[in-house]
Amino acid sequence: MAKADKSTAQRYARLVARRSPKPPVLRNAVTAFLGGGAICSLGQAVLGFFLVRGLTLGEAAITASAVMVGLGALLTGLGIYDEMGRWAGMGAALPITGFANSIVSPAMEYRREGLVLGVGARLFTIAGPVIVYAVAAALLASVVRLLVSGGLGG
Amino acid sequence: MDAATGLSLGGFVTAFVVGGLICVLAQLVLDLTRLTGAHVMVLFVVLGAAASGLGLYDPLIRFAGAGASIPLPAFGHALVQGMLKGAASTGLSGLLSGGLSAAALPLTVAILFGLAMALTFRPKG
Repeated sequence: MAKADKSTAQRYARLVARRSPKPPVLRNAVTAFLGGGAICSLGQAVLGFFLVRGLTLGEAAITASAVMVGLGALLTGLGIYDEMGRWAGMGAALPITGFANSIVSPAMEYRREGLVLGVGARLFTIAGPVIVYAVAAALLASVVRLLVSGGLGG
Repeated sequence: MDAATGLSLGGFVTAFVVGGLICVLAQLVLDLTRLTGAHVMVLFVVLGAAASGLGLYDPLIRFAGAGASIPLPAFGHALVQGMLKGAASTGLSGLLSGGLSAAALPLTVAILFGLAMALTFRPKG
């Protein structure tokens, strides 16, 4: 009986796997490459602009990120970035412009729920988890790095 | 990466290819696992922090410029570099404050723009 149940479950799992739509993996990879590459090239122009003005690479990188965040937010407000996201997938979501999109998009969407629990809270729907695990992972990585190099308490 | 190489044709091509490949990697994780887009973003930020701790991400930014500094792993990297710098100057308090201090500029811009856009525009549809 148990054996029959298992085989039924397996048949069902196979059926579900066969019937659920498969993502077009190759096409998605190509558009993610083109979209992500294009956004990073634009970022490179901004980065170069700040390097020319004499910023160090670290300063220029963080300043260029902030400019790209502003751009991503503006394109989201105009309704353009979500269109790009539908085409490029992670090519639009993974660059820092996509992080800005993940903040602006729900903030606009939930405006009708009010300024505090709508805009204020929903703003962090995706950015919240990203910041939480980034801080936790960064602290862990930093402490390990310091322990290995003997920099803690030294 | 200095200003001359950063704005050369080679600089743009390298940024395009490396940035594009990081996004392809994320897309493959999204398509071939059950993780959602939010999970993939969290995963890549954590990977960036880990790569930074191992001393791998800084050379990648020197090589690929915005191809490495614009994708989200750079956020984890910025936090780690800020924490290490803080720890070196003021110990424990620097370790704990250096991360978010280093990332404060893009985070503040994101929050203020999020608020401004929500007050200015209506979503389509």
